Amino acid sequence: MADYKFNPTLKVDDITVTYNNGHTAIHDASFELEAGTICALVGVNGSGKSTLFKSIMGFIKPIKGAVTLSGMAVNAALKLNIVSYVPQAEDVDWNFPVLVEDVVMMGRYGHMNFLRIPNKKDKAMVAEALEKVGMTEFSQRQIGELSGGQKKRVFLARSIAQEGQIILLDEPFTGVDVKTELAIMELLKEMRDEGRLMLVATHNLGSIPDFCDHTVLLNRTVLAAGATADVFTPKNLEKTFGGVLRHFTLGGDDLHDDDDARSLSVITDDERPLVIYGKETKKSKHATSDKDEEA
Amino acid sequence: MEDLLLPFQYDYMNKAIFAATFIGAVCAMLSSYLMLKGWSLIGDALSHSIVPGVAAAYMIGAPYVLGAFFSGLLASAAMGFIKAKSNLREDAIIGLIFTSFFALGLFMVSLSPTSVNVKNIVLGNILGVSDEDIFQMVLIAGISFVVLIFTWKDIMVTFFDENHARTIGINTKFLTILFFTLLSACTIAALQTVGALLVIGLIVTPGATAYLLCDRFGQLMIVSTIIGSVTSFFGAYISFFLDGATGGIIILLQTLVFIIVFFFAPKYGLIAAKRKIKQASELLRNPANGGQ
Ligand SMILES: Nc1ncnc2c1ncn2[C@@H]1O[C@H](COP(=O)(O)OP(=O)(O)O)[C@@H](O)[C@H]1O
Ligand SMILES: [Mg+2]
Repeated sequence: MADYKFNPTLKVDDITVTYNNGHTAIHDASFELEAGTICALVGVNGSGKSTLFKSIMGFIKPIKGAVTLSGMAVNAALKLNIVSYVPQAEDVDWNFPVLVEDVVMMGRYGHMNFLRIPNKKDKAMVAEALEKVGMTEFSQRQIGELSGGQKKRVFLARSIAQEGQIILLDEPFTGVDVKTELAIMELLKEMRDEGRLMLVATHNLGSIPDFCDHTVLLNRTVLAAGATADVFTPKNLEKTFGGVLRHFTLGGDDLHDDDDARSLSVITDDERPLVIYGKETKKSKHATSDKDEEA
Repeated sequence: MEDLLLPFQYDYMNKAIFAATFIGAVCAMLSSYLMLKGWSLIGDALSHSIVPGVAAAYMIGAPYVLGAFFSGLLASAAMGFIKAKSNLREDAIIGLIFTSFFALGLFMVSLSPTSVNVKNIVLGNILGVSDEDIFQMVLIAGISFVVLIFTWKDIMVTFFDENHARTIGINTKFLTILFFTLLSACTIAALQTVGALLVIGLIVTPGATAYLLCDRFGQLMIVSTIIGSVTSFFGAYISFFLDGATGGIIILLQTLVFIIVFFFAPKYGLIAAKRKIKQASELLRNPANGGQ
């Protein structure tokens, strides 16, 4: 099979997505992403993150607007095997009789003929992907017999083996320990440097400025999208999370004895909090952010 | 000894045993998927909804597969309609529809008690099946078998992770429809061996048993198929001596295998689990004895 070297891009153009039961989960949503990007997708539960993924994969057809992948319609792009998907943990049947190795091999199916018989290269790619996520020793385990972080790494390995150029990750950090989280972030950065495009749904507000160059804020529609530095502001986050978010601000007066006006903000939706320390009272643009140690 | 080989001296017996074994094997292959998706009840509903169609077909002398197909379709449509128009839960709808259809089927049978064949459809008797019906069974089993050989991995991925299946270009809608088509066809074919009341066993028990033995889907399917074919073979064979009751014998054999596996399976069996718990608690009490 040919080596697909597409320039991975993603364009979501004014889509509205309605489920069969009449529930409109997303309306009038638009944003665009370029190659070599890690983009955070942020929103409360039920804001439509998973729905957005499903429409990017053509699983649900928007009733209005369109999704374009590398300049192609979704179905054409899927045929070329350029999209890979790391599912939310709840969406996987962990009792399914498959071994870790089998799951990762599923990433290669798109590269095989219709009988799906793996050749040497497929096996090598699976071994390599498992190695990369540090799961080699677990390759013969049934997938239910893994910890939360290990489970995530298996599916990450699958998307590596698939050689997808556009990678969709649905909450890859939920239920994952800090060490694994950092390892996953490193891997994602590595894949970004190879020119891939990643869209990551996450509640880990604190880590986003560290590894996501772009951010899309979602609440049934796109509230803001663009470079993380521009979008990821307390004001926008307030808008995204409404009352759900807990937000503490210590003003300059409380924080300092001198006349330093900088204040400290801690924003959390119950996973890792975002800590902002800077001139955000006046201008949020240049807020410096700092990840704290484990929440 | 000679008595034991007696069934094989009859041509009709050889055909019946072959057909029962084959359809039992293919149903077992399908059962590997069905029990994983929690769709067992749908299979049961399907088999019961078919009965009035089969009864009607025998009454007017049409091929029974056609009648089965139509009443199956009608039942699915009725379920879909009620689901769309009410807030009733799925299990209630399934229960409602399949008992209604089954009742209608029994009623039709009582109207024309001469059609013995209909009794066979409800209770199953492979020994009473005509050559023509045997041919239909083998044809259905053969086609389903070949289709599964070519698509089993794609169906597995579709059922395991539909989103991923789509990203690798698999047409998941088509495969799901294909699966249900095979399931319906094989359910209809298996009616002749075990009857409408028990066909659910053929499409659940072998897979459920294999599930306790295997951690990989491919292995599970093979083990399930072996269980399905061996029990169907002996079920048909034994029913020669007992004159009928094929369905009861096959399903009882499958249940027997299930019970043995349930207790003695090396990893997921009850005894293995007890032993592991005991080992673990001994280790807790006396850490010095257990390695590391
Ligand atoms: N299959 C479905 N049918 C109907 N509504 C759905 C379906 N899946 C999700 N929804 C609804 O769509 C909304 C968005 O859900 P989802 O995309 O899963 O949110 P998130 O992933 O951000 O938590 C929710 O209100 C949810 O109830
Ligand atoms: Mg979700």
